[in-house]
Amino acid sequence: MTGTATPAPRLIDIDGLPALFEALRGRGYTVVGPTVRDGAIVVAELASAAELPFGWGVETEAGRYRLRERSDTAAFGHSAGPQSWKTVLHPARAKLWSADRVTGSAGTSIVETGAAEPPRYALLGVRPCDVRAIGILDQVLTGGRHADPVYRGRRDGAFVIAVECTEPGATCFCTSMGGGPGADSGFDLALTELTDGGDHRFVVRTGTAAGAGVLADVPSRAADEATVRHAATAVAEAAGHMGRTMPTQGLPRLLADSRESPHWDDVASRCLTCGNCTMVCPTCFCTTTEDVTDLTGDHAERWRVWDSCFALDFSYLHGGSVRTSGQSRYRQWITHKLGTWHDQFGSSGCVGCGRCIAWCPAGIDITQEVSTLASMLEQAAADEDKP
Amino acid sequence: MTGQRTAQRTAQPTAPPAPAGPAAETPAVPRFYRVASRREDTADTVTLELTEPAQPVPAFAPGQFAMLTAFGVGEVPISVSGLGDSGGGRARRLEHTLRAVGAVTRALHAAPPGSLIGVRGPFGTGWDVASAAGRDIVIVAGGIGLAPLRPVVLSALADRSRYGRIVLLAGARTPGDLLYAGELERWSRDGVEVAVTVDRADSAWSGEVGLVTALIEPAGLAPGNSVAFVCGPDIMMRFTADALAARGLPASRIRVSLERNMRCGAGWCGHCQLGPLLVCRDGPVVSYDRAAPLMRVREL
Amino acid sequence: MTGTVTASLSAQPFFAALADSQREALAGDGTAVMVAAGERLFDEGGVADMFWLIELGRIALDMRVPGRGDQIVETLGPGTVLGWSWLHPPYRWQFGAVARLATSAVAFDAPSVRRRCDADPAFGYAMLRAFTPVITERLQATRLRLLDLYAAPHQLSHADIGPVNP
Repeated sequence: MTGTATPAPRLIDIDGLPALFEALRGRGYTVVGPTVRDGAIVVAELASAAELPFGWGVETEAGRYRLRERSDTAAFGHSAGPQSWKTVLHPARAKLWSADRVTGSAGTSIVETGAAEPPRYALLGVRPCDVRAIGILDQVLTGGRHADPVYRGRRDGAFVIAVECTEPGATCFCTSMGGGPGADSGFDLALTELTDGGDHRFVVRTGTAAGAGVLADVPSRAADEATVRHAATAVAEAAGHMGRTMPTQGLPRLLADSRESPHWDDVASRCLTCGNCTMVCPTCFCTTTEDVTDLTGDHAERWRVWDSCFALDFSYLHGGSVRTSGQSRYRQWITHKLGTWHDQFGSSGCVGCGRCIAWCPAGIDITQEVSTLASMLEQAAADEDKP
Repeated sequence: MTGQRTAQRTAQPTAPPAPAGPAAETPAVPRFYRVASRREDTADTVTLELTEPAQPVPAFAPGQFAMLTAFGVGEVPISVSGLGDSGGGRARRLEHTLRAVGAVTRALHAAPPGSLIGVRGPFGTGWDVASAAGRDIVIVAGGIGLAPLRPVVLSALADRSRYGRIVLLAGARTPGDLLYAGELERWSRDGVEVAVTVDRADSAWSGEVGLVTALIEPAGLAPGNSVAFVCGPDIMMRFTADALAARGLPASRIRVSLERNMRCGAGWCGHCQLGPLLVCRDGPVVSYDRAAPLMRVREL
Repeated sequence: MTGTVTASLSAQPFFAALADSQREALAGDGTAVMVAAGERLFDEGGVADMFWLIELGRIALDMRVPGRGDQIVETLGPGTVLGWSWLHPPYRWQFGAVARLATSAVAFDAPSVRRRCDADPAFGYAMLRAFTPVITERLQATRLRLLDLYAAPHQLSHADIGPVNP
């Protein structure tokens, strides 16, 4: 997919966006991207560039998310919203299988009813943290022995347009997790939005041949060196403006060593086990299945729906659940995300997007909980060393 | 193959999972098999023989499990309980022993001969019986845990000269709950050292009464030259494995079959996690040195 | 006779905690016995003046439950010891014992062993060291059986088995 020679960056003016939409639609893509809805910037199908959230930014804090009007017209001047791209690539509800039970002269048989063609989406405005999150989902859902057909179908058909980040939010910590506000791979096109001097434009880099093909259909001009440097500086400076920091040294070990920590009681006293963090997390992938039939009982469907490790019956084992306490369920979530994910999939499951912090109704902050666990272990070790 | 995979993952805990051979068939869609026979083993447990698959799934190894679909009701993980027929690397005949405990297993339990049952799989790690070549095989089963171990007995008997003693220790709730009673006698005649104990005897029961671990000492095992295969409820496996380890059997040569809530079988749904393990992928069969520290943590 | 009993005792790990001289002394209180299948060794409530080291066979511990007959609570096989009610007052059997298979054992004169324990605390301590692991193991096994681990959810009588899926 990735070409060897990197083409020089180009510039698209703001009025070139409709042409980008046309180029994508002409190739059979449904464009999904950010738009304002219900007091938030959500990910939705976009009919035109006009639906982008021009002039809107967001304010985030632990347990808080508010839209704010920007002083400029930036379309991507916002940090992560309540949804991530997993809503598109790994949908909350998907039909896995459907079949009819047919009784004929040769007896009864089960006949599968046609599987739908996977939709093809162009993802517009994917933040670098979310580009990494998609990479993590790739590993989880297609990197093992068996590839998830729903995800693979949608992922293989997807066109990714990353938009680099120049204004991290107060709950952001992507740099702690080994990422950053810039995108260097995992996209077909990468944009950097510039609005200074009333000149609204995008520096565009191509990541793939498919990206170059789309870009060729959009009016663009060569990007001058000063503009490219200006964009790169804005992105580089953003790295210094993260609102949060995650102590990442030896995280898997820290969480394994904290299995019996008294701190889980403290978290559980605040955690509502609502599962919001798992819903907004761009990498939380857990699902369950439901089989349903029509009234005759001869047409059956299997649907897959998102599930959450905070749900009581998530760990159900004939007779009861393994993880009944809030303590054990929060421990499972954070330990999996930051620790055992490494064992299972070779990386952390966290990209530092901060969604779980903003959308926790109790304002539980994953970075803060890790800091506390770390200092408690340090304290315990220090106490042990005392004669 | 699965054994190698386990070893590799233990050696490099932070390495990404190695792709296990060529990309496997996508096992997302059930293939329907016909119930050829249905044997009632106990009041709530049946063994179903599945045949005539429209499109057979790949062959199963002892210890691996299938996701079985009751049409329109749902899907559950059930280990294979027989060797079946694996002609051409395909599961042309399968045996599953299952107990009616929930909506899906009740529907499967009630499936009459001639009806259709969906199969996905094979999933998970196997017992790797062949790795016990040249050693004594010690099988300890609790309750329905005997079902996934039946293929161990059958494959060891099929290749009898490769192994030393075959010792089978089984515990059941009551004499009536004992699985495969007729077969146990046959195995005994075929040279398997069978010992059975029940938690509660009835007046007709002339055998042992007590916990399955009480059978270990009288069996006179050779810990230095044995491989143990243990399956049953979580706590039973812990106590059994600890009792075997206390007699000198290294934990690395004790295998247990873990039970967690497997929903997809393929590592996609996240339900069956036990600490670092995805039980459907890294288990269900795991050596006790890996399993023991995880099994001891509350609500893990 | 004593020689055979000493050999029997040495062969059993049960009395590994005893020094050779202590085993020798204990053997003096032991007699090799054969118990036929179906033969009753003692009844609940009887005087506990014996204990047995089982070498071969199987002994059932039972209790008569009105309306249900003799209920077997546990069977004991080779290598273990039958009877510890002789250790403490009131020196009465709490359960009955009957041979299920032809059994060979060493039967000990419990009051004599008890007197030896009282007279020689080192010997007494060694005897306790031999008996407590067996008592502990059987207590733990009994506790595990109380959990009724092999039961299906619907067979469990206790209400508190956690949330149940519909």
